Amino acid sequence: MGKILEIHDLKVCFHTEDGTVHALNNVDLTLEDGITLGLVGETGAGKTTLAKSIMRLIPSPPGKIENGEIIYDGKNILELSDTDIMSIRGQEISMIFQDPMSSLNPVITVGDQIAEVIQVHNKDLDKKEVFNRACEMLEMVGISADRAFDYPHQFSGGMKQRVVIAMALACNPRILIADEPTTALDVTIQAQVLEMMRELKQKFNTATLLITHDLGVVAQMCEKVAIMYAGEIVESGTVHDIFNNTLHPYTEGLLGAIPKIHLHEKRLQPIEGLMPDPMDMPKGCIFCDRCKYATERCKNEHPQITNVGGEHTVRCFLRQDEKGGEE
Amino acid sequence: MALLEVRNLKKYFDTPAGPLQAVDDVSFSIEKGQTLGVVGESGCGKTTLGRTILRLHEPTSGEIIFNGENICDYNKKQMKAMRSKMQIIFQDPYSSLNPRMTVSQAIAAPLILQGLYKKNDKAGISKRVLELMDLVGLAQRFVNSYPHELDGGRRQRIGIARALAVNPEFIVCDEPVSALDVSIQAQILNLMQDLQEQLGLTYMFITHDLSVVKHLSNQIVVMYLGQVVERAEPEELFKNPTHPYTQALLSAIPIPSPDIKMDRVVLKGEISSPINMGAGCRFAKRCAYARPECMEPQTERQIAEGHYVTCCRAGVPTDN
Repeated sequence: MGKILEIHDLKVCFHTEDGTVHALNNVDLTLEDGITLGLVGETGAGKTTLAKSIMRLIPSPPGKIENGEIIYDGKNILELSDTDIMSIRGQEISMIFQDPMSSLNPVITVGDQIAEVIQVHNKDLDKKEVFNRACEMLEMVGISADRAFDYPHQFSGGMKQRVVIAMALACNPRILIADEPTTALDVTIQAQVLEMMRELKQKFNTATLLITHDLGVVAQMCEKVAIMYAGEIVESGTVHDIFNNTLHPYTEGLLGAIPKIHLHEKRLQPIEGLMPDPMDMPKGCIFCDRCKYATERCKNEHPQITNVGGEHTVRCFLRQDEKGGEE
Repeated sequence: MALLEVRNLKKYFDTPAGPLQAVDDVSFSIEKGQTLGVVGESGCGKTTLGRTILRLHEPTSGEIIFNGENICDYNKKQMKAMRSKMQIIFQDPYSSLNPRMTVSQAIAAPLILQGLYKKNDKAGISKRVLELMDLVGLAQRFVNSYPHELDGGRRQRIGIARALAVNPEFIVCDEPVSALDVSIQAQILNLMQDLQEQLGLTYMFITHDLSVVKHLSNQIVVMYLGQVVERAEPEELFKNPTHPYTQALLSAIPIPSPDIKMDRVVLKGEISSPINMGAGCRFAKRCAYARPECMEPQTERQIAEGHYVTCCRAGVPTDN
């Protein structure tokens, strides 16, 4: 399994009139061929900002990538020229956006929208070939090719999401970033779309970054997981590390907060309090205000991400001391 | 005696293409102090059902019996008085609050509308508002804040305080936590459970999230295209789901544990149009077990203590 994308020490800020929003801080992440990495976190944790940084879609101004590198294929994406990034975007790294209802153009037929992606990246193909490829893509995601002439409003939510997936996969990318691909869908339709994504992953061996807040989806779809909180990755590892050997108090809190269908419990364990204001981050550990184990040290010092064995890393003084991990 | 009983409730909307049967022949009852969970996918009529019970939509036919009286016969004035006993918490705390009203104004509005306090009784109102804010866990410093200054969880607490303001007995909770993050969702669910114990409330909890419903309910109703397809107590329903739709719905929930791999029943196709549906089973088009009898009208039958299913295969020895 080869590493295909490596992110080192990424830091992204948004400079607004009210102050600087620290959206991402010291993020490290690695994607591998054929592996699905789940990126989990609450609203505002910076999951989408991370995805957009990889695609170089951070609007600037106000956004600015202050530090770090994103290495794809030996090249730092952040230093590529606009033309170079255009040839990677959509062709080698592509993205499924959250809301299928608003990410399609309402006045262009779905066939033409898929064809556009193929045409842009394969200038030598003639129109007919391109359109045939678009129809093949539709068939692949389970929509009959004669619907290529329909407009997005003629499709249901689940089918629109399939069209968006067909567009993302049209050029057979090596990396697929899926930003909450099923959040807007009903559970039975979600099951259909996830099933399809799983089959496609096996077929094409694509490296996938699956962004979601649903721990159920992560447990069923991903081999690896990274937990994000207020712009930092607080814990990462294999899906077994995260679910069966949970270390960070935030991850523990997330798992305690969801009602579990396979267990019986009287009361949920919510995480008290709210996420810190991204304009005014605490000096110490970003989670210390909500953490029931927090000590003086957590309030004053900022913990570094530390490996505690295998691929399991955690950003917490308490657990690092217990496990004796090294930075 | 049941606090609320719904008998053969129907709500049709007229459309150019024919009547849209949003709620079709739904019956159930809720005991005092209990929670009824209503689950189904978007478009199955669960919100319309909740609103019709409060007569926010006029029912097409059927009876809604609250405390022994059929409230469908009530006139406007009687219904207004009734609303202090029946309240609703809306789905989206972002759009269900007036952006130009402060927290205290929003909570005071139902108190004045229902005539519990005179408009000029400022001291009385503000005392009651603070009491309600305490009850739902909103810090008093937010009393003069506007909704946009608060996060989703706090906004939903305002929605709950508004519903509780008039001392209701029964509350329709229409997806009160689906717009919230999981850590906040747990806070609100716990709050609602505490309030139920403290105040003896009866809930009708509408949601698409089966794990939430299992956690909260004493009784679950599964809806598909305007009809109830199965109802039972949570333990029984999850142990012994009988309607093929319930089975598919249960198997579609991703379980948050990597060790339990799901045996999925992936449904083909999507929910069909609720206009001009035939007389037969509405799920038949997507059902793996559909057979000719399914095209006939279906009746509800009891297959175990308190477990009702509307499917002609139920209770008959199966071939799968």
